[in-house]
Amino acid sequence: MRALVAMSGGVDSSVAAALLVRDGYDVVGVTLKLWQGPNGEAPTAGCCTVSDSEDARRVAAQLDVPYYVLDYTDDFSDGVVDRFLADYVSGRTPNPCVECNRTVKFDRLVDQMQDFECDVLVTGHYARTEHSGGKWRLLRGVDRDKDQSYVLSMLSQSQLEKVRFPVGGLDKAETRQIAAGLGLRTAHKPESQDICFVGSGDYRDFIRSQVPEVEQPGPIVDEEGSVVGEHRGIVDVTIGQRRGLNVAVGEPRYVTDIHPESNTVVIGRRDRLARTRMPIRDVTSVSGDRLPERVQAQYRAHGDPAPATLYMGDSPHVEFDRPQYAIAPGQTVAFYDGDEVLGGAIID
Amino acid sequence: MLYLDHAATTPMRPQVWEAMEPFASERFGNSSGSHEVSRRAKNALEEARERAAAVLRCRPNEIVFTGGGTESDNLALKGAALAGGSRGGVVVGASEHEAVLESARFLARFGSRAATVGVDRHGLVDPARVFDLVDDETAVVSIMTVNNETGTVQDVSAVVEAVKRANPDTAVHTDAIQAFVSEPIDVDSLGVDLLSLTGHKFGGPKGVGLLFVREGRNLEPLLHGGGQELGRRSGTHDVMGVVGLVEAMELADADRERFRAEVDAERREFEAAVAPIAERTIPEDLASVQHCHVRVAGIRNETLLVRLDRRGLAVSAASACQSGANTVSHVLSAMGMGPEEARECLRVSFGWTTRPGDGRRAAKILLDAVEGMR
Repeated sequence: MRALVAMSGGVDSSVAAALLVRDGYDVVGVTLKLWQGPNGEAPTAGCCTVSDSEDARRVAAQLDVPYYVLDYTDDFSDGVVDRFLADYVSGRTPNPCVECNRTVKFDRLVDQMQDFECDVLVTGHYARTEHSGGKWRLLRGVDRDKDQSYVLSMLSQSQLEKVRFPVGGLDKAETRQIAAGLGLRTAHKPESQDICFVGSGDYRDFIRSQVPEVEQPGPIVDEEGSVVGEHRGIVDVTIGQRRGLNVAVGEPRYVTDIHPESNTVVIGRRDRLARTRMPIRDVTSVSGDRLPERVQAQYRAHGDPAPATLYMGDSPHVEFDRPQYAIAPGQTVAFYDGDEVLGGAIID
Repeated sequence: MLYLDHAATTPMRPQVWEAMEPFASERFGNSSGSHEVSRRAKNALEEARERAAAVLRCRPNEIVFTGGGTESDNLALKGAALAGGSRGGVVVGASEHEAVLESARFLARFGSRAATVGVDRHGLVDPARVFDLVDDETAVVSIMTVNNETGTVQDVSAVVEAVKRANPDTAVHTDAIQAFVSEPIDVDSLGVDLLSLTGHKFGGPKGVGLLFVREGRNLEPLLHGGGQELGRRSGTHDVMGVVGLVEAMELADADRERFRAEVDAERREFEAAVAPIAERTIPEDLASVQHCHVRVAGIRNETLLVRLDRRGLAVSAASACQSGANTVSHVLSAMGMGPEEARECLRVSFGWTTRPGDGRRAAKILLDAVEGMR
C-alpha cells in the first residue's frame, strides 16, 4: 500500500507518517502551500509557513520517505479565503478549516493522491474510521479534548474509503511521546491555533485589509429598534458577543442578530440568544443514507452535542430539545450518535 | 536514477575535485598575507584568474571572483547602477533569472528607474525595443544569453549594438550561466561589459562564480571589507572554489564540441520518442542543445514530477520556489503562456554525464509515467 501523508509540519501529521512507515506502508509526504501574501511572501504563523514546510521536510527525511510541496494557493484562495471573506461581509461566522477540508484536502488532494499512484490519503486529524457492515464509519478521536471529527463531518463514503487518520486512536500525550521516541524535530512543537492565512494577527485586521469597505460604521439597536450605540463595522461583531460593544445599558447585553443589508447590529439580554430552531443547509450524510430524526447536534468546534430532532424537506432545520445559546450562521453543525459522526450541515 | 536536470546543477567532474583537494589540506593559505603559505595561495588564485581570462579572451584583472551566479548578477546590476554614488536606471528582460529581476526591483525601491523589456512567444528580446528603453540615465541593461528554463538563445551582440547606439555609456550585462557549457563565450565578440558565470552549471563546484567586468567600468561593491578583488569584492578568497571553477571552465571549454554533438543526439532521441505526448515550446533552432522544454498537454507538471521521481527520472518544472512548491513560471508568463499551459511544462536538461541511450531511457520513463493519466 502506498500512502500520501498530508504533513503540515506539526507533530500530529509527523506521527501519522511515522506510524504508517512502521506499519509497512510506502509513504509519500506532501505539504500543501495554501497561501501567500500579495508579494508572494509566505505567512509567518499558522500551518503553512516556510518554517513549517522545513519541519515537515526534515521529518520526511528522518523517516526516509520522499517529500514534496504542492502549490494549492489557487484552490485555497478560491475555495476557502474568498468564501471566508464573503461570509464575514454578509454577517456570518464561517469555519475556514471545514471549508479547507471540504474543498481542498478531501476533494482535490484525494483526486491528486490517485495521480500520485497512492492508495490512501493520510492526515493527522484526531478522528477514527471503521469499516463494518459494508460501510465506513467516522468516529470521534480517542482523545476527547483533541477530537476533530467535527471538522470532518462533511466526509462521504467515497472519501472515507480513501482516507486514514492514524493518530485518532491516540491521545495527544502519546502522540508527542512517539515523536520524541523517534527523535522527530516536531515532538515538542506547540499547537497552531491561528487561522493559517491570517497568521498571528487579528482575523478582523485581515478582513479589513482584504475588503476595506467593511470598515463601515452602523447603528447598534436594542430589541425595540432604538439606536443605543454605534459599531465600527459588522466584521467586528459576532453573534453572542458581549464585550467591546461600548454600549452602557446597566445589565449585560449580547449581540443577538446581525443585519448586513442595513449594516445594523441588534443586542439583547442573554435569553434573546436562546434558540431551539436552527435552520441549516448543505446537509451531508456520512453513510449516504437518510439521516435519523433524532441526533446529537454539535454546533461549535469545541461545544457539547445537544439532543435534537432533524427536519429535512423544504426548510431543513434542527429543533433542539432545550434552548441553545449563540448559534452562529455560517458555522458547521455536526450530527452524532454517541461517538459516531452521522453527517453535517451549515447553519443558515 | 537518471539525472536530466543539468540546468539546475551538474555533478562535478572528477578532475575538478582533484584540482581542488590540495586547497582543502596542505595549500590552505589565505591569499592575503606576506608569508610563504599565503603567497602560494595567492599564486594559485592569480594563476586561476589568468586561465579564466584566457578562456573568456579577456584580461585577468577583468575577472572578479564571486560567491556564485546570484552574486555575480547582483554585483553587475547594483554595482553598475550605484557606481559613483549615482542612481542609474536599469533595463532588464522580462524572462531574466530572479537574481536579475529582484536586483532591478531592489534598485527601483531605492530610486533607480527600472524598465522591463518584454519577450516574444519564444522568449526573445527585440533589440529595437531595448533601444527605445535606453536613455541618458540608463546605467545597465541586462539580457541573458541562454534562458535557464526554456533554453532560448538570445543574440546578445545585437542587443549590445542597440544599447550602444542609444547610449554608448550604458553597460550591457549578460547572464551567461546556462550558456557557457554549450556556447563558446568570447567577451569581445559579444561586446558585453559585464558577464556572469557560475561553476556548478558545467561540472564545477557550487558557491563560486565570476563576473567579467570590462576594463574601465567602475562598479560599486556589494561586499565591503578587506578590499580583495581590487576592492570590487571583499572577503577572504575561496581559493579552493576558484581553482575548481577555473578547472571546470577549461574542461568544459575543451569538451564543448563533444558535448554539443552527444547532448544534441540524446535530446533528439528523447524528443522523437515522446513526440506523441510532449511538444517543444521553443523551436529547436532558437534553443540551446542541452535544454528540452516541453509541454505535456493535460497533465500538471506537479503531478508528473512525482510520478517521474518514483520511476527514477530527475527532471524539473523549471521554477521551484524556496519551499519547493512549483509555481507558475514568470518566464512562461512573459512569453504569453497561460497559467494552465505553464503548469504543464517540463524541463529536461542534458549534461556532461549524459551517455548514449539516456534520451531513449528517459523517454520510456516519461511515456510510462503519463500512461493511464489521460
